[in-house]
Amino acid sequence: MTGERWTVVQVPAQAERLHALRNLVREQVTAYGFTPACVDNLVLAVNEACMNVIQHGYRGEAGLLELGVSAGVHGIEFRIRDHAPAVTLDDWRPRDLNELRPGGLGVHFIRQIMDEVVYLPTPDGAGNLLSMKKYRSGQETTA
Amino acid sequence: MSGTVRQEGSYAIVCLGGEIDLHSSPEARKLILGCLQEGKPTLVDLSGVAYIDSSGVASLVEGFQLARQRQLDFGLVGVSPAALNVLKLARLDKVFPIYASVQEGVASAK
Repeated sequence: MTGERWTVVQVPAQAERLHALRNLVREQVTAYGFTPACVDNLVLAVNEACMNVIQHGYRGEAGLLELGVSAGVHGIEFRIRDHAPAVTLDDWRPRDLNELRPGGLGVHFIRQIMDEVVYLPTPDGAGNLLSMKKYRSGQETTA
Repeated sequence: MSGTVRQEGSYAIVCLGGEIDLHSSPEARKLILGCLQEGKPTLVDLSGVAYIDSSGVASLVEGFQLARQRQLDFGLVGVSPAALNVLKLARLDKVFPIYASVQEGVASAK
């Protein structure tokens, strides 16, 4: 769906790097023409996916996180590459929203905001490559 | 993130501002839980919050739960549009008591 032109940034998987990653996403999706409300949601969803890598992937250990963004005619795609132990979508455990407890909201946000979420095979078979897509629609873009 | 605590009568007012994310939410959590552990009814002012993620929301949920355990008033004040959007996504906007101002929060809780 995307235009094969990727903006990619690689950072240490640390909480203090999330601010810069959010800024990158905000710039890209704003330039793409998503509405301000949709921009906020996409920034949140990508932040949550990066947080998952930092918190649950590397579990506080040192590691690298690579974020790629590519916009095309039909929508925008985000890819997050890490070298943490491999996970599948079955490992994602969103909490029941009727149950009041602090954790498990991030996965819920991602699923609610993105149109497509999938783990792609990694080039070397190690780590993870998460792809999240948001399709362009009349309601969510101003362009 | 900025975080301050002030006293308004018997209430602790925790005023959070800026971006509350994985990096800053431990500080938000510490401020909120600290007030409740001191036995103070607590209102969290979110009017200056430009961004909050699930880790920040988790700090609010923890505060809400601790307040309930200790039978203390707890609520959110002046919730910014950015914060309200995230609370709605989490379907927590109907769970937390939300007030327009500190004065309203103190008056309503009494």
